[in-house]
Amino acid sequence: MSTPKIVNLSPAAATAATTDTVDRGRRSFLKTSAGAAAGLTLGVWLPARGQMAGAGRVAGPGMAGGEPAAAGDFAPNAFVRIGTDDSVTVVCKHLEMGQGTFTGLPTLVAEELDARWEQVQPVGAPVDNARYNNLFWGQVQGTGGSTAIANAYEQMRRAGAAARGMLVGAAAEQWQVPAAEITVVDGVVSHPKSGRSAGFGELAEAAAAQPVPEAPTLKDPSAFKLIGKAFLPRKDSKAKCTGVAQFTQDVRLPGMLTACVAHPPLFGAKVRGFDDSAARAVPGVEQVVQIPSGVAVLAYDFWSAQQGRDALTVDWDESGAFTQGSAEILADYRKLAERPGKPVTSIGDAEQALAGAETVIEAEYSVPFLAHAAMETMDCVITPDAGGGVRVINGEQFQTIDQQAVAGVLGLEPSQVRIEMLYAGGSFGRRANPQSDYLVEAAHIFKAAGGKTPVKLIWTREDDTRAGFYRPLYLHRLKAGLDASGKPVAWQHRIVGQSIITGTAFEPALVVDGVDQTSVEGAKEIPYAIPNQAVDLHSPQLPVTVQWWRAVGSTHTAFAVECMLDELAAAAGKDPVDFRVTLMGEHPRERDVLKLAAQRGGWYDPPLPDGRGRGIAVHKSFGSYVAMVAEVTLDGDDGFSVDRVVIAVDCGTVVNPDVVVAQMEGGMGFGLSAALMSEITLVDGAVQQSNFDDYLVLRMDRMPAVEVHLVPSTEAPTGVGEPATPVIAPAVANALAAATGRRFHRLPLKRAA
Amino acid sequence: MIELRVNGETHQLDIDPQMPLLWALREHVGLTGTKYGCGIAQCGACTVHLGGAAIRSCSLPVSAAVGQDITTIEGLPDGPQGAVGQAVQQAWQDLDVVQCGFCQSGQIMQATALLATNPEPDDAAIDADMAGNICRCATYARIRKAIHKAAQALA
Repeated sequence: MSTPKIVNLSPAAATAATTDTVDRGRRSFLKTSAGAAAGLTLGVWLPARGQMAGAGRVAGPGMAGGEPAAAGDFAPNAFVRIGTDDSVTVVCKHLEMGQGTFTGLPTLVAEELDARWEQVQPVGAPVDNARYNNLFWGQVQGTGGSTAIANAYEQMRRAGAAARGMLVGAAAEQWQVPAAEITVVDGVVSHPKSGRSAGFGELAEAAAAQPVPEAPTLKDPSAFKLIGKAFLPRKDSKAKCTGVAQFTQDVRLPGMLTACVAHPPLFGAKVRGFDDSAARAVPGVEQVVQIPSGVAVLAYDFWSAQQGRDALTVDWDESGAFTQGSAEILADYRKLAERPGKPVTSIGDAEQALAGAETVIEAEYSVPFLAHAAMETMDCVITPDAGGGVRVINGEQFQTIDQQAVAGVLGLEPSQVRIEMLYAGGSFGRRANPQSDYLVEAAHIFKAAGGKTPVKLIWTREDDTRAGFYRPLYLHRLKAGLDASGKPVAWQHRIVGQSIITGTAFEPALVVDGVDQTSVEGAKEIPYAIPNQAVDLHSPQLPVTVQWWRAVGSTHTAFAVECMLDELAAAAGKDPVDFRVTLMGEHPRERDVLKLAAQRGGWYDPPLPDGRGRGIAVHKSFGSYVAMVAEVTLDGDDGFSVDRVVIAVDCGTVVNPDVVVAQMEGGMGFGLSAALMSEITLVDGAVQQSNFDDYLVLRMDRMPAVEVHLVPSTEAPTGVGEPATPVIAPAVANALAAATGRRFHRLPLKRAA
Repeated sequence: MIELRVNGETHQLDIDPQMPLLWALREHVGLTGTKYGCGIAQCGACTVHLGGAAIRSCSLPVSAAVGQDITTIEGLPDGPQGAVGQAVQQAWQDLDVVQCGFCQSGQIMQATALLATNPEPDDAAIDADMAGNICRCATYARIRKAIHKAAQALA
């Protein structure tokens, strides 16, 4: 995502240290008033506004709020706090939802600080658009688009380097030696000549009095000790292996009520009336309230709330509801695809080149709606805060937008909405909702329930599956021409599907000349030199709510483009790798990952026996280049298995190689669900799926063996959370084509016609 | 009153006997390491040990657990399968299996129960036993490796 324009953002006031209901600090800062550490707050490269992070409450996974800095602690900037106990706390501005930010961001600080990895602990940043904004999104704080490491790479390193400079300065002063003679290794500051040394903790207080280096020198990459190191243990591993990691679902506050909501059965249906007598009779049920998105039942525990919700009789007004099914939507899209849409790419004259082509290949690809289906269903806690404000606690991904949305519902200033970021049990884009849907729902319930009681909203799996905000259904129609030598001369690509951006705050930045850039990413510019290209887009509007889903537009464009490339190679009688490589002269990074995947994936090994097949695909997304070779084996008349996947990735400088490998393995596995089995379908407007028994996702028994190869690079780091996801579907579809001799055009892939 | 024995401690709970064990553990005993993921025994996030066997606590009425030893992720290292559980938790950390982590309590409970009955499972046995535990981050390849690693450590 590029910089969105968001209006009416007021700078968030620094948060105050007050409540501590669910605090479970993992270290022992002394309790102190919010102002006590103000003397240590030093503006570095960020605008200094009031207190810095060390003085405010800092929320964090496992803590649901941190501890204020103690007297003597050293908080040189918004990202680093060094305690007198030798601890180094790294304030992480990006959500940890599995992708490794709470390991990656601290790695960057620790590298330049020369800290010991074991002394470093991450905490989540509070909401503060001025300090903790995503540098790729202007004054907007949030996580998404695989940007965490990419946007913070230098920022976090500078934070570490500045802190190091101040520790060195303090030591030089204390020891009366030249700063240049001081070394820092593994968390120990030393002056070898005099034999003196000190830990960070011993120097923290003195370091706070040092001037802040204006332009701290960053290490040359050749001096890196942590960045690029093969294995640096994840910071969240132990807590997540022992059950102590705190998720929103786990938050319990005194007097808290849990809410379950009866949601409309159709998109656009509304509550006409309801009978809550049976619901109120359920022991434990306290309140039943109507909210814009349905009827909420509040109870002392989840079980009672759910029983109460299920006992409601709601009269739904379906007069304005959407009643089409997926089949009708697809039929409408086919009709739309018969005429040109908004122009996206125009190179040469595709129409004319097609007319003169020796061979013309046409294909239609389609993909269904998809739910994100994170393991933790959507949930959110809202509780009254000092001064009439509120605290919002959840796996927070879109601070700036959510803060405004919740403030809007409650009639507060955004600064009166504090947000504490816990771990998210997955998101895959879902928790970055441009409408802040589940947070807004929680705010309405909180308000309707009187605004005095802490409320925890928990969606059941059925709520989560049926709530919309899906990856949209898409139709792609492609037509390409080869000349007599088998060289592609024309490429025409028409895309039909809902815009996920129109109507959101991201529209001014991401819809250009009527074209939602996320609808066409991965298709607008292809890495293949074809002299005549025409790409266009239809963005039909439907009441089915849609949203980004891990890898966004590439989830459908990569499937269409990479399968079509294979169809062209087959028509030209060429090897799919050779065919692509000859067209990739101007795209060396795509070409190189493709070649690496081919080499490591056994592409040039002897052909597989009958009933087996190998397929390849390559795609760039979020700045990174990924290629995959997939091997499939046919099973009976209509089954098949994916046995092995070899992945090559070029994501620029690799900060945490093992995290990158994990994101490639998992991102591929996430995409494999969509390739093999996941599908949200509508019949007469009603979502047909409800839980994991009918919304099928990848399980252990269908996970292939996987191997990941990283391309060494000194380029700037780019995304890793998303880029593996879109590549697996075309790789498997192409493998299936190789094994069966026929092409596959729909996801999820089914051998039966 | 429901009397539950969890991680070696006895709890008297004034709750609906039909309440799923999961919610009794999470909201009345206060052990939140066991997670709600689906409520219909399809995802395995709620897996605990009941009398040593891995079960889905979201679909078992709490009344059915009375009189049996219940072990949750919090009590795993010190419970009846403590040695196996510790080896599994260690292997998980050695290989950095976790991503979002939400399903991992259940995965670890399931894997521990597997190794307790089958100390040297091959991939097919692992796949068959672990297929009831969904991980949307798809950490499956590492889970497989970690189970083998724990098995080796225990051998």
